[in-house]
Order: sequence, then C-alpha cells, then structure tokens
Amino acid sequence: MLKIENLKAGIEEVKILNGIDLSVNAGEVHAIMGPNGSGKSTLSAVIAGNESYEVESGSIIFEGEDLLELDPDQRAHKGVFLSFQYPVEIPGISVSNFLKAAISEKRKQLGLDPISAKDLLGKMREKMELLNMKKGYLSRNMNEGFSGGEKKRNEIFQMAMLEPKLAILDETDSGLDIDALKIVANGVNKLKNKKNATIVITHYQRLLDYIIPDYVHVLHNGRIIKSGGKELALELEEKGYDWITKEADKKWG
Amino acid sequence: MREELSEDELLEKVTTSEYKYGFTTDIESDKIQKGLNEDTVRLISSKKNEPEWMLEYRLKAFDIWKEMDEPNWANINYPKPNYQDIIYYSAPKQKKKLNSLDDLDPELKKTFDKLGISLNEQKRLSGVAMDIVIDSVSVATSFKDKLAELGIIFCPISDAIKEHPELVKKYLGTVVPTRDNFFSALNSAVFSDGSFCYIPKGVKCPMELSTYFRINEAGTGQFERTLLIADEDSYVSYLEGCTAPQRDENQLHAAVVELVALDNAEIKYSTVQNWYPGDENGVGGVFNFVTKRGVCHKNSKISWTQVETGSAVTWKYPSCILKGDNSIGEFFSVAITNNLQQADTGTKMVHLGKNSKSTIIAKGICAGKSNGSYRGLVQIAKGAKNSRNFSQCDSLLMGDKCGSHTFPYIEVKNSSSQVEHEATTSKIGEDQIFYCNQRGIGTEEAIALIVNGYCKDVLNQLPMEFAVEAQKLLEISLEGSVG
Repeated sequence: MLKIENLKAGIEEVKILNGIDLSVNAGEVHAIMGPNGSGKSTLSAVIAGNESYEVESGSIIFEGEDLLELDPDQRAHKGVFLSFQYPVEIPGISVSNFLKAAISEKRKQLGLDPISAKDLLGKMREKMELLNMKKGYLSRNMNEGFSGGEKKRNEIFQMAMLEPKLAILDETDSGLDIDALKIVANGVNKLKNKKNATIVITHYQRLLDYIIPDYVHVLHNGRIIKSGGKELALELEEKGYDWITKEADKKWG
Repeated sequence: MREELSEDELLEKVTTSEYKYGFTTDIESDKIQKGLNEDTVRLISSKKNEPEWMLEYRLKAFDIWKEMDEPNWANINYPKPNYQDIIYYSAPKQKKKLNSLDDLDPELKKTFDKLGISLNEQKRLSGVAMDIVIDSVSVATSFKDKLAELGIIFCPISDAIKEHPELVKKYLGTVVPTRDNFFSALNSAVFSDGSFCYIPKGVKCPMELSTYFRINEAGTGQFERTLLIADEDSYVSYLEGCTAPQRDENQLHAAVVELVALDNAEIKYSTVQNWYPGDENGVGGVFNFVTKRGVCHKNSKISWTQVETGSAVTWKYPSCILKGDNSIGEFFSVAITNNLQQADTGTKMVHLGKNSKSTIIAKGICAGKSNGSYRGLVQIAKGAKNSRNFSQCDSLLMGDKCGSHTFPYIEVKNSSSQVEHEATTSKIGEDQIFYCNQRGIGTEEAIALIVNGYCKDVLNQLPMEFAVEAQKLLEISLEGSVG
C-alpha cells in the first residue's frame, strides 16, 4: 500500500529525515517510536503533504501513485488521513459542518453522489457511539474550547467518518488519561480491517498495549535504525533508547 | 502537483473574480439634465407631483447643503465628486401605473431574473414583500394588498408623501435632521424615492419586508430615502439589497435611512450591500455615503445587521439613539474589502435612557491592497444610569498589502454604567488551511469555511434566505485571496 524509499526532507536548511525506507501493506499496523526530535512528526507531516517541509529526494508511493506529486487535499481524497498531534481550532465552524464539507468534497472528487443529510447524520451518530462522544458534540465548533482528550477523540471521530485507507496517528496518546486512551484505542481497533493500514507514532509503549502493532520501527536522527515485532516495543520500554541509538550513532556518525 | 501558485499569484487571482451584477439594462429612461441648483430641486419635486410642503422641505435642505463642506475626517481617500456633473433624477419610463407585477416591462423583468430576484417565486413562497427601486424610482412593490389588511403601509416614499402626508410630515427628518451632515442635507434636497413603511400598534409584520436598490443609468446618482416607523408594540424585519452595473466612472450613492421604534416596538434591519466595487486597479465603483439612524423609545429595540462587500468607498455608520428607558440597540457587521476598496464603517450608540443596552459586533475582512476601518462611538449620557455596552471588533487580514484600523470612541458620563470593548486582529493561519486540506477540503473552500466561521455571529442574525446569499457573496468576494 505504502512504499517510502530513501526519503530525505527538512525544514528550510535543517535536515530532519535522512533517508527513510518503509513499506506498509494493507491490514498491517506499524508503530514508529523514537526519542524526541528523531523526526517522527516530520515523517507524518511529509506523508500528508505539509508544505512547510521540503522534500529533498526519495519517493512516497501510495497505491501505485507518487504522493509527492499530489496536493494535501488530493492525498486525503486518495485515502491518507493524519490524526494531528496538535489539532487546530476553526472558530465558528461546527464539527458537523466541517465534516459535511470534508465528506462532500471527497465524494465530489471521487465522482460519487453527494451523501444525503439523513445518511450523514445517521453515520455521525453511529460513530459518536463508537467513541463515547457526548450529546451536543456535533454542534460544537471545531476544537474550540476542547480539552486535550476531546481534541484527540475528535481526530479519531473524523477518521471514523472519512474511512481512510492509511491512517497515521501522530502522538494520539499524548494528553490522554487512561480511560480516554482506552476509548480511542478501542475506536481505532474497531476501524481496522484487512483493507486499511495504520501507522501509530508514539513516544511510549503504553498505547501499544491497546493497539497491538505488527511491526515496530525505531526512528533516530531521521533514520529507521531498528525494526522488529511487537516485542521490540516492550524491550524499549524496559531498556530505553540508548542501547540502540548508541550503536546507530557509531554506524552513521 | 496542480498549478503551483505563490501567495502573490493567488492574491493576483483575486482580481479575476468578476462582479456578477455588472450588466446594464436597456430600458428607456426619463432623466433630467446634469447639475444641481434650485431649479433641479424644483424639477424633481414637480416630476413627482409633490405637495408644496415637500418642495419647501427640499429647498430648505438645498440652502443648508450649499453652506456645508464635504467631510474629510474618515480614513478614506477619493477624488471628491463634482456635484454639478451628476444626473439627479432618472426613472425607467413606464407608460402607466402598474396594477400588478405581471404588467412589468419585460426588460425590467429580465433584469430581476439576472439579479436572482424572481418575483413570481417570491409570490409563491410568500415569504418576502418587496419594493424595487431602480435608479431613482420605485418600480414595483409586491404584497401591498395583503399587508394593507393588517394596516401595514409598505410603499414607495413618493406615494407615502401623497397618500400619508401626516405620517411623513410627523417623522421625516426627525431622526436624521437635514443639517446632520453634508450627505444627509444633499439627500434631503434631491431624494427621488425609497421605501416607506409603517407598522401599526400591536401588529407583528408576518413577512420580511424588502427593498432592492439598483443603479442602472450612467452618470446618475442614487439618493434614496427610507423611513420606517414601528408603532407601539409592533415588530418588523426589513431587508435591503443593492447592486449596480460595472462602469468606469464612479457613481454616487447617498442614502438616508430613518427608523423610529416607538414604545415596546422592535425593528430588525438587515442590509446586504454589493454595489460595484470598481476593478482591480480601482477604476470605477460606487461611492457609498450613507446615513442610517434609528431612534428607540421606551423598551424598544433596533437591530442593524449589515454585510458590506461592495462599493469602491464606503462611509456608513448605522446608529441607534437609545432615547427610552430599557431600550436596546444592536449592530452586527461584516465588512469585506478587496483590491483597492476602502471602507470606513461602524456605528454610534447614544445612550440617553436608563438601563439602555447596546451590543456591537463588527467583523472586518481585508484582502488585496484594501483598507478597512471600524469607527464606533459609544456615548452614555449622565442620565442614562445603569446602561451597558459590549463591543467586539475583530479584523481578519489576508496577505500583507491590506490594512485594518479600529477607531473606538467611548464617552461615559455616569458611574453606574458599564462599557466593555474587545478587539482582535488575526490572519488565516497556514496551519488552519493545512488542517482543512488534510481532511480533503481544498484551499479555496478552506478559506471560505474559515471566513464563514469567523463571520458566524453576524450571519446568524440574518434571515435565512439572506444568510445563504450573504455566505455565497463572501466566497465570491474573496475568491483566490489566500493570506
């Protein structure tokens, strides 16, 4: 589904990603872990097409198409979804209106008929239940006055509504208490199927107790320095990052 | 990637979004010679078959106007119009008085269709009663009979002068005196038509009343006069819309609107102003110098809502004189300027009555090389004990070539009153746009969405049909203007 090759990118003069290779197949969950400043969020921003970052070289092939040739909204229409680490407020626009705009635009671009208001509302209700959203949530303005936990749940709610092929969860666990974490993880697990894939970016192993990854990658200085199965996350939890980063530093200098 | 546009290029693209209403209608019109003198005033009055008292009113106004100077305190720059180079009266030629809208000149009908006003549609939906003013003359009023059953008078002011002189005499010029300012004096001398409305005691007007203003003829000025009286315990919601053809020269629009809300009455007055704004180089466009004011008696309420997207220059301050105890004044405004447009707009809330309350929500949006100013006065008199005002003035900037200014004046003469003022200036953030993009919403749509959200408090005040129109208008006015 996703194939990233030798991806180098940065912001202005600063190089952040120094050659990333990553393959993700449908039905898989990949976790990307790593210390602060290793490039985790940059990787997700570059896949989504944030123009603040410059891609120097490499490629991102998604379902046979070069994502780097597409604008961010076109990538979204192809099925790429990013759950933001810091979701943005859009004052005056309700959650339901925002999602209506997003879904209508996507359907239009894909040549599908517009969804009826009734169907849309029905779907929203169903997904709200999935994530234990409170009544009245749909008419609140996007992220305005939301608590940290509400913002993250709002991200997953949008993911549930947009049904992406590839979902990237950027530090979705940060700022969540254990109950909220369980709700979010439960939501993500229920949305998982054989046709979609998830990349979970996280600092801590905690989230991975609830969203079980098939692969774990360790990012350091803009490179994936170690990949393994879910047991790698536990090992990191126990030993920290030092033991692999030191090894990598010797290798890459 | 799609065509890569830099911010500059995108800003430039703004200028290609065309003014939709820029056509002219080929209707024969009856117009007088250019220029303004006493004879012009007499001629207008005689064209309208006015009674003597009205002519006297006009002549007095003309004398006052001659002594006055054009104001220059506003934050706007424009070549002063040559008042001798304007046609002061132009009316679409119509042979006979119309019995119904079906008898309308087909060319006029076509104009309405292009403007998106389908009179038949209006009739069927029976939602809105409409008065239509082209150049200087009211050409059609719908629903007159139905309203008459309730005792509501809704007609061209020229008819009211003849048919209801007692009401016109009693109220005309009481809220905006001739001497008030240069443009109100000019209007008092030469106004040729406008709408008149009277809601009797205890009547809640069952439908929206609406006036549609259109300047058509070249070289004409439009000077309409609106007088709206809501008698005790009555309610009315009134809408006005304005458009003009695209012309290279500037056209002058100097209207006066007077509202009277008697005890316990409520008036809601909404405007969607979309006069031709001029082209991207600032050539042409309407000069909009308007005096709008309402007086509130005991326990009454006046609410002004305006969406200002057009005009090359706007000078406009819909105001409330809160004369009665417990009266309420409200002002909700969205003013958009783009290209080289200039707007100096705001409100005055004059608190005279005890426990009077006012709310001001002003949202400015500036794009291109435009300049937008909010100018507001909150005045609380000594006797206006326990009065309250809340003002919020927000500006949204797009690009780095536009300017936004706020001039709030606050005068409070007693210690039991409370005044609050909040102001913010912001830009549409790249992070907001990227967030929308990531959800599949393109950049243009994202801006429209963000701007609509920003204006929501004001748009919510508009009646439903108008809110939708205003929303579309915001999108057109800002097409391509990414900041």
